[in-house]
Amino acid sequence: MTVKPRDARKVIETDRVIAPGQSYGSVDDAVNSPVLLPLGRTKLWWFIGFGIAFSLLMLYLYTVIYLIVTGIGIFGNNIPVAWAFPIINFVWWIGIGHAGTLISAILLLFRQDWRTSINRFAEAMTLFAVAVAGLYPILHLGRPWVFYWLFPYPNTMGLWPQFRSPLDWDVWAISTYASVSMFFWFIGLIPDLATLRDRSENRFAKLMYGMMALGWRGSAKHWQRYQRAYLLLAALATPLVLSVHSTIAMDFAVAQLPGWNNTVSPPFFVAGAVFAGFAMVLLLAIPLRKVFGLEGLITKKHLDNASKVMLATGLIVLYGYVIEIFTAWYSGVEFERFMAFNRMFGNYGWSFWALIFFNSVAIQPLWSKRVRNSPIALFIIAISVSIGMWLERFVIIVVSLTRDFLPSSWGDYSGTLWDWSLYIGSFGLFLTLFFLFIRFLPSIAVAEIKELVHHTNHSESHEAPPTEVS
Amino acid sequence: MPQYFPPNSNAFAKWSIYGGMVFFIVLITVLAIFARVSNNKVGVAIEQPVAFAHNLHAGQLGISCAYCHASVETSAVAGVPPTETCMACHSQIRVGTEQLAAVQKSWDTNIPIEWNKVTDLADFVYFNHAIHVNKGVGCAECHGRVDQMEVVFKAEPLTMGWCLECHRAPEKFLRPREEVFNMAYEKPANQLELGQNLVEEYHINLDKLISCSVCHR
Ligand code: HEC
Ligand code: HEC
Ligand code: HEC
Ligand code: HEC
Ligand code: HEC
Repeated sequence: MTVKPRDARKVIETDRVIAPGQSYGSVDDAVNSPVLLPLGRTKLWWFIGFGIAFSLLMLYLYTVIYLIVTGIGIFGNNIPVAWAFPIINFVWWIGIGHAGTLISAILLLFRQDWRTSINRFAEAMTLFAVAVAGLYPILHLGRPWVFYWLFPYPNTMGLWPQFRSPLDWDVWAISTYASVSMFFWFIGLIPDLATLRDRSENRFAKLMYGMMALGWRGSAKHWQRYQRAYLLLAALATPLVLSVHSTIAMDFAVAQLPGWNNTVSPPFFVAGAVFAGFAMVLLLAIPLRKVFGLEGLITKKHLDNASKVMLATGLIVLYGYVIEIFTAWYSGVEFERFMAFNRMFGNYGWSFWALIFFNSVAIQPLWSKRVRNSPIALFIIAISVSIGMWLERFVIIVVSLTRDFLPSSWGDYSGTLWDWSLYIGSFGLFLTLFFLFIRFLPSIAVAEIKELVHHTNHSESHEAPPTEVS
Repeated sequence: MPQYFPPNSNAFAKWSIYGGMVFFIVLITVLAIFARVSNNKVGVAIEQPVAFAHNLHAGQLGISCAYCHASVETSAVAGVPPTETCMACHSQIRVGTEQLAAVQKSWDTNIPIEWNKVTDLADFVYFNHAIHVNKGVGCAECHGRVDQMEVVFKAEPLTMGWCLECHRAPEKFLRPREEVFNMAYEKPANQLELGQNLVEEYHINLDKLISCSVCHR
């Protein structure tokens, strides 16, 4: 029984994890066919999207080259604001990655079946966001070409990296995170790569997919090992969801600057990361399901659940803002109190209130099921959250640094043109990778969805008890 | 379904895992060896405008280093002697030879000879001769047997790791102050004991020696 993609499209919009009437064939058609299309027949929207992303990538590369040739002075960072855009953007991007790991690892361990349709592209999002994020600290080193000094390797200086330095914590946090995410993503891809190898007609594609599929034949032994590896990696990745952003919070805490060392910071940062990450998942999922006609696989259930997570983490973040102000007052420390006051009413007061608006007020409509079911409303709220989370890092970093203990060392900060071009260009890097991904790899985990289809069919159509596959 | 890969590609996949590990180990080893043997242009003779021979002047003639490198005991730089120093003798000895033409010219025109630098530390590193010379570090420890060199070349790598090798354990290298200019000095059998005594005698502060700001100010 094969349902044509056309028919699958008809059953759009459902509240279930997977639309009724899906079969192995229909899933393959919906997800794999666009991937296997010959290059020349790629849809126009892809070329337009890729073109825009690629132009932005060129802007990014231009900025990077100009940065390397000219030096770090092209950015607005200077004493007192030595950490500015590069770190804001670094924290922002790495935060976005967290939703992917949360979806793939934690929800897997909790056996949440709604993760299945969105985990693949969310993991890809994680990977690309981490790649973009990881470049920021390197670019902001001043001498980016000697970044490898951050690794402990035998060198003529007889030096080890300074393990007490936040810069080095970032190195370990990011490289662990990137490598675990990468393995996780790749192992999940193997069965799908094998499907693509078998279904593709082009010899070159067959070779490429075949090479990446590592000789997968789908034997029981293969599946057993696959499941074991996948679970093992999920267990490895789970602590990373919490640890990576806690490390970032700790980066701040080593400075004595008021506003940078609240005890609530690590969990607050993690919640903020998941918050921003789910916003990005929605930003990618909503157009993706539209252009690929995947409404039967990424259903309203997914949007609904993702926005619930967003609402919950958003409230934790709001709690964090309140607690920061409370502890500032309760500590009785003059500088902490001044910091809180200055955040709200100081020279950058607008950024705090904008942050409250974008991050906390704008998500309140999510209490309503109608809003959670409307892709357009969700899309707008997700954009608002992305802006809000960027502003949050701006407030933490810039506002604290411009007004520290000594009025004589106060200063103002604004990003230069190059700061902005590097930031806007970084979307180019991210989106270029993402467009390549959705063109050449299945953006939905087909093998896992088939398993889900199998379960659903068993429990619904056949009235047979569900069989454990895993 | 036709086979796209020959059966032995499985073995290839398996071996590529070992290959990756071997690659990693080889990479680390190569880096470690490079860090050990990296010689930073050691032993490369540098051409000078005048064929001045240390083996003749410092070796055979036995002129003390400090006669020409006069500030070595009192200042950060050892200094290269001005033409006047040469002329103290060469206004009498071997006047007008071809080898000394450049010296004579410099003397006549009052334009210093432009010697090429041999031991050149990166500019971001602070180095001080006086402290080393006065705390019993011999010239030969860092410059090698200059008294046997026809043309001066760098005898030690002068990498940071090399500086630190001594700064971490100076007692292995120290000698009595009087022996600093003695190029032929040989370490006694009880070097460690002697070194320890000298560290105390010269009040060398071991903790300070390896802090970054000593050399990177
Ligand atoms: C007669 C004067 C004279 C005496 C004595 C002398 N030098 Fe020199 N030295 C020079 C001159 C001139 C140069 C620069 C030309 C050259 O590098 O050969 C020089 C260069 C050097 C350099 C290389 C400096 C550089 O980095 O460019 C070292 C090291 C050095 N001398 C060490 C010594 C030591 C150690 C002694 C004692 C054993 C010594 N010299 C004795 C005149 C002298
Ligand atoms: C203490 C005296 C003395 C001083 C100071 C001195 N020299 Fe000499 N120099 C000699 C003697 C002695 C000879 C060897 C003459 C011989 O071989 O007959 C010599 C030989 C030379 C020769 C070889 C000349 C030839 O014709 O073969 C050169 C070149 C030379 N010296 C350069 C210098 C320079 C440059 C300086 C200054 C940095 C200098 N000397 C300082 C005593 C001195
Ligand atoms: C601890 C190691 C060390 C010792 C001991 C040492 N030097 Fe040096 N010397 C150096 C270094 C390093 C430089 C290069 C300095 C630079 O480039 O700034 C240098 C440079 C020189 C130079 C070039 C001119 C200058 O000052 O830059 C001369 C000449 C010299 N040394 C002579 C001597 C003599 C003579 C002695 C013994 C009295 C001596 N050095 C002892 C390390 C040493
Ligand atoms: C063979 C041993 C040895 C080597 C090699 C050596 N040093 Fe030293 N250094 C010493 C000793 C001994 C002292 C004296 C420490 C004291 O007095 O506390 C010293 C002191 C110094 C000081 C002065 C510290 C102060 O308090 O001002 C500096 C700077 C320095 N060394 C730089 C260097 C550099 C740069 C190198 C490498 C090019 C180097 N040293 C290589 C033994 C060495
Ligand atoms: C004994 C002197 C000394 C001390 C102490 C020292 N350094 Fe160095 N350092 C050097 C020298 C000499 C070089 C230049 C090496 C070269 O040119 O290969 C260097 C180079 C470096 C470089 C490479 C710079 C570049 O651009 O190539 C770094 C980074 C560095 N040091 C960091 C440190 C740190 C961090 C510490 C403290 C843990 C430290 N150093 C302590 C002598 C020292």
